[in-house]
Amino acid sequence: MTLQEAKQSIIEDFAMFDEWLDKYEYIIELGKNLKAFPEDKKTEDRLVKGCQSRVWIDSEVKDGLLYFYADSDAIITKGIISLLISVYSGRSASEILADDFSFVRTIGLEQNLSPTRVNGLASMIETIKATAKENV
Amino acid sequence: MKTEEFRAQFPGLKREVYGKPLVYLDNAATSLRPESVAKMQCDLALNHNANIHRAVHKLSAEATDIYEESREAVRAYINAKDTKEIIFTSGTTFSINLVANSFADAFIHEGDEIIVSQAEHHSNLLPWQFICHKKSAVLKMLPVDERGELRLDLLPELIGKRTKLLALCHISNVLGIVNPIKKAIEIAHERGVKVLIDGAQGIVHCPVDVQDLDCDFYCFSGHKIFASTASGILYGKEELLNAMPPFLGGGEMVGTVNFRESTFAPLPYKFEAGTQNINGTPTLIPALELLKQSREGEVKDALEKIKLFVYQALKSNNRVHLYGDPINFEDKIALFSFTVEGAHHEDLALILDKMGIALRSGYMCAEPLVNRMGCTGMLRASFAAYNTMQEAEYFISSLDKAIAMLI
Repeated sequence: MTLQEAKQSIIEDFAMFDEWLDKYEYIIELGKNLKAFPEDKKTEDRLVKGCQSRVWIDSEVKDGLLYFYADSDAIITKGIISLLISVYSGRSASEILADDFSFVRTIGLEQNLSPTRVNGLASMIETIKATAKENV
Repeated sequence: MKTEEFRAQFPGLKREVYGKPLVYLDNAATSLRPESVAKMQCDLALNHNANIHRAVHKLSAEATDIYEESREAVRAYINAKDTKEIIFTSGTTFSINLVANSFADAFIHEGDEIIVSQAEHHSNLLPWQFICHKKSAVLKMLPVDERGELRLDLLPELIGKRTKLLALCHISNVLGIVNPIKKAIEIAHERGVKVLIDGAQGIVHCPVDVQDLDCDFYCFSGHKIFASTASGILYGKEELLNAMPPFLGGGEMVGTVNFRESTFAPLPYKFEAGTQNINGTPTLIPALELLKQSREGEVKDALEKIKLFVYQALKSNNRVHLYGDPINFEDKIALFSFTVEGAHHEDLALILDKMGIALRSGYMCAEPLVNRMGCTGMLRASFAAYNTMQEAEYFISSLDKAIAMLI
């Protein structure tokens, strides 16, 4: 699946639900299914600043592609980071940097989070972008 | 009066969020506004707006009269000796900062001590931290126990020869326990220590008689008791306020002004520099009337029933840990801070919001206390007299649903 296809698939998934409660249920499921993150990697330098709940993001480069791994102590935050990972993990740095990250607005995520979570979301996106910049 | 009648005065309660009826349980942060308050504020702004105490024209006289009438309403409500002892501020935070600065200028010297409790809101902690840094004074802490009860037994030994002031909340905004402030004031006064009470939550839930309490300062905010935002109060004993220098310099607080030296207006104007909240402060008059109604008869009894129901429901849930659980249930108010095992407080708050329920989550501006309880955040439901048993039941069943979604 290309980055564009991955985004489109999420947009379509979100369009299936009328109620935000159902969308949250979907996000929570994503959070629960996120691949386990090793406890010893939950270090200060992997912590994303600006989130009310704690979020750790780790990355590695394999065959020229960037892979992201993450965890959070809050399950909805974990679901949101899982959404981002499904779109941006396994892509090249230039592909990530070429994207405008607007799909989070398209699915209404920004408008339906608390202001502190919106800041947290922006910080997570910044971390992904910064990692991509370092690896161009 | 019945709760339904009381409730009808708050149009905000009729609104919906996300297509669901709003259940407002964030009353400890701010109360909803009644129609009487909003109408008065609007009328003052449109028809009686003039700067007070200055001009001789009719409009200014009207604005001055209603402003001073609200001072008398506050004086009567808390039974202060004189309206000179009622200073209008923008809120509890301002009131405490005023005392911290002016009291410290007059009375705090290097090596002196100030005591605050472990359960203080940041508003009753940071102003004292600032002053202690500025004056090289020492900040000491009076702890709370596991249940959230104040360790008043430790106060006598905590007070030293250099202790000048005890700053204590009437009710913690996290624990919802009425502190034994009268006893604390007695202990402090026996040792020559002045006492400031942060009454931001206390004024909402307890009758306050400042002469009976004998506190030196009592601070509270109008916006938590149905009045306009930025209508705050500082009560202070006259002789103390007279001994303290002004906090802010500006218009209206002066006697005569020369280029290098000035004299100041008498109390309470000495502490009210600049244009005051002339459209907002008078809303304390209808607000205090409502506050009285909220503490009487059926309205009061209904809130007591809600308190017991929510307490029992939370206590019987094995996953829920409640913070602020006094031995004597009468000391508890209808404010519940808790955590849920296996579910993050922020996740719960977000889901409950989508169910129409407004709660608070996080540190609630009392980080040292939340940390002392071993948490990185909590969820708080705080009820007001306009909340119904039906809303309480909906909150409990929604909480169960939200927990099931997350676990």
